[in-house]
Amino acid sequence: MNLPTYSDTPATVAAPHAHGGASTAVVMRWVMAALTPATLYGFWLFGWPAINLWAITLLSALAGEAFCLRLSGRNALPVLADGSILLTGWLLALSLPPWTPWWIGVFGGLFASVFGKGVFGGLGQNPFNPAMVARVALLISFPVQMTQWVMPLPLTAANAPGFLQGLSITLGGLPLLDAMTSASLLGFVKTEAARGVDLLHALTGQGAPADSWTGYRLGSLGESSSLLLAAGGLLLLRLKIISWHIPLAMLAGIALPAAICHGVDPARYLSVASHLLSGGAILGAFFIATDYVTSPNTPTGQLLFGLGCGLLTFAIRSWGGYPEGVAFAVLLMNTLTPVIDRLVKPRVYGRTRGGAPLEPERPE
Amino acid sequence: MGLMERLFARTGKIAWGVHPDERKRPVADLPLARLPLPRRLFLPLQQHIGSAARPVVQVGQQVAKGQLLAAAHGEFSAPLHAPTSGRVAAIEDITAPHPSGLPCPAIVLEADGEDRWGERLPTCDDPFKLSPGEIARRVADAGIVGLGGASFPSAVKLALSQRSAVATLIINGGECEPYLSCDDRLMRDFADEVVDGVRIVLYAVGASRALVGIEDNKPEALAAMREAAKPFASIEIHAVPARYPMGSEKQLIQTLTGKEVPAKGRPADVGVLVHNVGTARAVHRALRHGEPLIERIVTVNGGALERRGNLLVPIGALVEDLLAFCKLAFAPQRSLARLVMGGPMMGSLLPHARVPVVKGTSGVLALTADELPAITPGPCIRCGYCSKVCPMGLLPLEIAARVHAGELTAAETCGLTDCMGCGCCAYVCTAHIPLTQYFQHAKGELAAQQRIKLRQQHGKRLATARAERLAREAKEKAAIAAARKAARNAAKAAAAAQAVASEEASA
Repeated sequence: MNLPTYSDTPATVAAPHAHGGASTAVVMRWVMAALTPATLYGFWLFGWPAINLWAITLLSALAGEAFCLRLSGRNALPVLADGSILLTGWLLALSLPPWTPWWIGVFGGLFASVFGKGVFGGLGQNPFNPAMVARVALLISFPVQMTQWVMPLPLTAANAPGFLQGLSITLGGLPLLDAMTSASLLGFVKTEAARGVDLLHALTGQGAPADSWTGYRLGSLGESSSLLLAAGGLLLLRLKIISWHIPLAMLAGIALPAAICHGVDPARYLSVASHLLSGGAILGAFFIATDYVTSPNTPTGQLLFGLGCGLLTFAIRSWGGYPEGVAFAVLLMNTLTPVIDRLVKPRVYGRTRGGAPLEPERPE
Repeated sequence: MGLMERLFARTGKIAWGVHPDERKRPVADLPLARLPLPRRLFLPLQQHIGSAARPVVQVGQQVAKGQLLAAAHGEFSAPLHAPTSGRVAAIEDITAPHPSGLPCPAIVLEADGEDRWGERLPTCDDPFKLSPGEIARRVADAGIVGLGGASFPSAVKLALSQRSAVATLIINGGECEPYLSCDDRLMRDFADEVVDGVRIVLYAVGASRALVGIEDNKPEALAAMREAAKPFASIEIHAVPARYPMGSEKQLIQTLTGKEVPAKGRPADVGVLVHNVGTARAVHRALRHGEPLIERIVTVNGGALERRGNLLVPIGALVEDLLAFCKLAFAPQRSLARLVMGGPMMGSLLPHARVPVVKGTSGVLALTADELPAITPGPCIRCGYCSKVCPMGLLPLEIAARVHAGELTAAETCGLTDCMGCGCCAYVCTAHIPLTQYFQHAKGELAAQQRIKLRQQHGKRLATARAERLAREAKEKAAIAAARKAARNAAKAAAAAQAVASEEASA
C-alpha cells in the first residue's frame, strides 16, 4: 500500500486539531451588527449630515490604519478585513456631534487609528480605547465644533436637509443657525448650575431638555437611542461576546451615587434616569468600556473596572468641568487595567488564592 | 473559594471547558469489529511512562500468543507480550507514533496466522482471596498500563495507593474527546467485565467505594453499566455533564467529589485513585482469564475513510493496516489531510501511517481538510475566552504573552506548569493563536533549562571539590615539607651540638 500523502503541511503540529470557529473578524462583525439599529436611528434622527460624517470617519480610520500597516511593512488588506479599525471608526462616529464638519471626522478617524492604535503596534497593543482617545483629543482641540448639538430633524421631516444640502453642511458650507442648535441636558445643567440656577427651577423652565426613552433627543450621532443600544448590548451578552460584568458595574457606578445624591439634594443632582438616558452612558457601558483590549480579563477585575468607569462618569458630570464624562472615565480606567489585571487573578485549580499548592488531605 | 466559584458550585453548573462538536455517532453505535490479523506487528519497547522494557527473546525465535517478549525494567516500567503467535523477525528502530517521527526501538513480530495461545498468566476463580500485593504483581506481569491515554503503569498506581490510604476509587468513563467512542463501546459490550475489574481494583486498593463517571451523552453505556453494577452496593454509576475535558483526572475528581488535587500533588493526596474503564477491563482479563494486555479497542474515524468504527486491534498493528481495512475515500474532496492518533483535542499528529498502535492508542483519525481548522494566527485581542474555558483557572493569554516575549520564568509564575495541555484555550481563541503549542514548547524549554542548570551545578560542584582537593594537597605537601625541613634542621642542630660537645670533650 502506498503511504498516504498529506495535502497540507500544518503550520502547527500540536493539538488541538479542531477549532470552535470564533474569530476576531466574526466578533467585530457582531459588535457592528449590534450597533446598527442605534446607528440607523441616528441617521434617521439627524439626516444626511450624520450619514456623511459616519462614512467620513470610518474611511479616515481605515486610511490611518492602512498607513500604519504600510509603515510597519505588513500587508494591509487582510488586517483591515478583520474589521477592528472599522469598529473603532464607527464608535468614534457615534460619539461625535452629528452635524459636525467633515474635517472633525477626518482628524478623529486618523487620530484614532494612528495615535490611538498604530503607534502602539496595532491591534491588541493599545493601552487606551482608540475611539475615546480620538474623541477626547477632538474635544480638547475643537471644543466649539465638538459641543454644537443640533435639534433632531428626522430624515422624513419636510425641512430636513436633502442629500446635497447635507453634503454642504458636512463640508462646512452652511453655518448652523442658533435656532437649530441647543444645549444637551448635561451641558444645560452645567451652565445653569454655573449661573446659580438650581435644577428644580432650571429643568421646569422654558427650553429645558427632557429625558427621552425613545431617544428623540439631541446628542451625539449614535448615543441617543438608549433602547436600541441596550438591545444591541443584550444581543452581545446573549452571544457571549461580552459578559455582564462591565456594563452592569458601570451602570451601577453611575446609578448608585446618582440615586443617593439626587435623594439627598435634588436641586443639585440629576435623577438616575436622567443620568442613564443622557450622554453616552448606555453606549459607553455596552460598547466602549467593554473593549477587550483595554479592559481587564477576570470577572472580578471587570466589575472593578466597570464600577470605576461609572463612578468617574458620575463624578465628572456632577463636579467636573465637562458636562459629559464617559470618554474621560473610560480612558482613566484604561490606565488602571494593567494594575487590575496584575492584582486580580483567578484562583488556579489545586492552589490557594495566593498561589501555594493546597494542603494534601490527611487520612484519618 | 471566591464568590463566583461559590455561585457556580450552588448552581451545579460547570464553569470550565468547551463542548466541541461530538462527531461520535454513528461510529459509537456500530458493532465492534475485529481487525484482520496483520502479517507483521511492531511493538515499541516503550509504550508507557517510565523506563523501556528489555527484550527477553532472540531474533528468529518462535513465540506463542501471550508470551513475554520484553520484561519490565525497574519499578516504573511495564512488560510486553506477544499479541499473536509467530516469529521474532527483528529488534530494530521504527518510527514512533509521535509528531517528531523520531525512531524508537521495537520488536517486530511476524505472525504465523495460527494465533496459538501459549501459557497463560496464572488465573484464579476468586481474586478476592489473593493479597492486594499479589493482585498488583499480577497486574504488573500482565503489562497493564493506563488505557485512557497517559499510559502510566497501572500496578505502580495500585502499589502507591495501597501505601497511601485511598478511600474512593474513581473509574473514568468520561471519554470527552470528539470522534472517540472506544470506551463507550467497551462499556456497552463488556459492562460485566468492566464492573468485575472495578471490584478487583477496589479490593486491591482497599477503598470503600467506587464512583464510575460517565458523560451523559452516552446513555447506552450508562444503562449497561448501571445494570452490571446493580448487585454491588459499593459501585456507583454517575452521569456527569458532557463537557470537555471531563475525562481529565483532575476535572473528573472535582466533578464527582468536589475535591481538588493539590498542585504538583497526586489524586491520592485527596484520598482518590483514578483508573480508566479500559484499564478495569484489562485487570479483569488478566486476573480471571490470564490474558496479558495484547489488544485494545481503537476508534477509527474521520471523513477520509470509507468505513469507520471501533476495532479490536492487536497492539503493534500499523496505522496503515487500520487504514487499509477501513479504506481511504477516493473522492478528492474527501482526501486525507491529517492523520491523528488520539482525539482531535489532545491527539498527536502522525508523521505517516507506518507507525504502530500502542497500548495508549484510543483512536486513529483520518481527517479531511474540511474537518480541520483553516486558521492563521493573528494578534491577541485579549477577548479572554481562553481564561473563561481553562479548566485549571489559568490565564492562557497572560502566559502566552510571556512565552511570546521569551520570558519563561515569568510564564512559569503565571502558571505554565499547571497547564495540562487540554487545548481548550486554543480551541476558542479568536485570534487563532496555537496556545497549546506555545505552552508545550515553553515547557520543553524550561525542562531543558532545568537540565542545563543541574549540569552546571554538578560541574561547579566538581570544580569546587577539585580546587578544595588541590588546596588540601598543597597544604599537606607544605606541611610534610615543613616537617622534613624541621627534622633536617633538628638533625643538623643535633649534629652540631654533638660536634661541639665532642670538641669540648676532646679539649
